[in-house]
Amino acid sequence: MQFDPMRPIWLQVMGEIETDIVTGVRGPGEKLPGGRELAVSYGINPNTAARVYQELEKAGLCETRRGMGTFVTGNAERIAALREELARKAVNDFLKKVGSLGVSREDAARMILEEEE
Amino acid sequence: MLESKELTKVFGSKTAVDHVSVKLEKGHVYAMLGPNGSGKTTWMKMAAGLIKPSSGQVLFQGEPVSLNSRKHVAYMSTEPYFYSWMTIKDVGAYYADFFEDYSPRRYQALLQRMELTEGMKVKTLSSGMMAKLKIAVTMSRDALVYMLDEPFNGVDLLARDEIRASILQYATEDKLLLLSSHLVEEMEMVADRALYIKEGRLVECVDLETMRSERGVSMADRYRQIYGHTEG
Repeated sequence: MQFDPMRPIWLQVMGEIETDIVTGVRGPGEKLPGGRELAVSYGINPNTAARVYQELEKAGLCETRRGMGTFVTGNAERIAALREELARKAVNDFLKKVGSLGVSREDAARMILEEEE
Repeated sequence: MLESKELTKVFGSKTAVDHVSVKLEKGHVYAMLGPNGSGKTTWMKMAAGLIKPSSGQVLFQGEPVSLNSRKHVAYMSTEPYFYSWMTIKDVGAYYADFFEDYSPRRYQALLQRMELTEGMKVKTLSSGMMAKLKIAVTMSRDALVYMLDEPFNGVDLLARDEIRASILQYATEDKLLLLSSHLVEEMEMVADRALYIKEGRLVECVDLETMRSERGVSMADRYRQIYGHTEG
């Protein structure tokens, strides 16, 4: 994975895992790799990897069970809310982009509907 | 865990390391950055107890570096230090003789990751394979401090990935890792703190994620800021 070195790395890895949770690549209740494993697989510092899990836990997206490891939340509502959150963020980014081109929100909405599947 | 106090080394008329004071803590991976000739290697050699400071001192766990502290410090120099007649197996045996904390099991695991086999002769290794062997044998020690001088030098992209993974595998909470490099991009994700050295002096020691979130600046950006302009 390519990271943007100007933005916090933990935030970028967290984003990757959030996407994996929403798309089901990492399913509800699934065990996540250990902190070290995560560091090695992404090629990131172990403290950064630990931060990723702390923040995911704080966001209610995973839980650490003592001596067992870290697991994706089994809470379907939380995952649905995350999907909404990520989608809204994508819409926001899109609107910023078309806005910078001088396209109104109404025109942007029409363009979306016109776009073939 | 490792502290240098006003550490200075003068070679003839050149001051290689100039009053460097810095405290390195366990549980972190430090990138030591600076152009060639900025004093990184000299600092490391003093911290490893291999050369004597002109003034100042290095403390390991609060005590001046000594033969005893060298037991806990694994240092990898840039120079090759194996005999050309050795096989990779001999290199392991050589380390086993020197270091109590050498683990044959770890050496085996690292060789496997690096795609090296015990029968290979040191003199037939490519520069990339040699770099991997040096990492494998250094990381096969269960030391408290690992100081690797230019671990990514002369190594292709795939070998760099293997080296990075090997380093991260053993960067646990009770260890201190210090990697020097002028290949800044290679260090960006591996390290969590960076020491910028310029003309023998410590410019600053920064926490990288803090720098990214507070200033939107990468390790490489900061490198350009510090070394990019010629002064005067």
